[in-house]
Amino acid sequence: MRISPDEIIFWEYGFINLNLTIVMTWVIMIFLVIGAWLITRNLKTSINKRSRWQNILEMIVLLIDDQIKEIGLKNPKKYIGFIGTLFLFIAVSSILSIIPWYEPPTASLSTTVSLAISVFISVPVFGIAEKGFRKYLKTYIEPKFFMLPLNIISEISRTIALAIRLFGNMMSSGLVATILISLAPFFFPMVMDALGLLTGVIQAYIFAILASVYIAAATQNEE
Amino acid sequence: MDSVTIIGLVSIITAGFTIAIGGMMPSLAEGRAVAKALDAIAQQPDASSTVSRTLFVGLAMIETTLIYCFVVSMILIFANPFWNHFIG
Repeated sequence: MRISPDEIIFWEYGFINLNLTIVMTWVIMIFLVIGAWLITRNLKTSINKRSRWQNILEMIVLLIDDQIKEIGLKNPKKYIGFIGTLFLFIAVSSILSIIPWYEPPTASLSTTVSLAISVFISVPVFGIAEKGFRKYLKTYIEPKFFMLPLNIISEISRTIALAIRLFGNMMSSGLVATILISLAPFFFPMVMDALGLLTGVIQAYIFAILASVYIAAATQNEE
Repeated sequence: MDSVTIIGLVSIITAGFTIAIGGMMPSLAEGRAVAKALDAIAQQPDASSTVSRTLFVGLAMIETTLIYCFVVSMILIFANPFWNHFIG
């Protein structure tokens, strides 16, 4: 029984291989890019002539905007590209599992660790862009100098926690469905699959919210 | 008992204990969180959407430790590096 889509390899050359994780990631990327391009081709501003897809996209974007403002980031336009993409990628990768023969790429530790590392890199980038280099580095020393190693360790450990939380949730839902199919087929695995969809969307929301909380903690100026 | 048997035995027992013991505390904590959230909703029904959202985020945070234990027990059973080293 395999626990990760990394183990299904389509093509290999040396240490570079094309495994199911990469193929599924590209499937999601193509789905998101082509969907967005098709919907935003003719954007209209009047109420009457809009297509319903434009309304759906506007709803999603405004929801993410409101959530970011609630966290405390004053100007969501700078951050919504990154945080919105995180949420959409993880949510779509979980929802598309209703298609047969699809495995969410976030069920592999490679994808979740790379998403967590991109959050880890983005926090200083946004912090320095907002506050300047010196003031951002000063936050590591607050409130007292001996907090410096503790702050650094907390940064690293919350990145690892982000990666493992997402990986554990995605992998466990797939694995539970696999085990249940061998035990009690036909009805019960379907219920667990539905629960897996719900937890997938919740984990996407939590990933995005935690990323925005870390960015807000790095970019807020003292009152 | 040779070392291969010992590795298999200890891995399986540890995997069982990991998920069993590691599943107790997060469940208790989640029960308490939901109880307090229900109290809050009963006291202020207007804030129910905020309370629900915060509840779900808090539950996912609490569940993180449980997921750690689950991942460790899965690794012990299915992707055990010591087993693969001795057998494969």
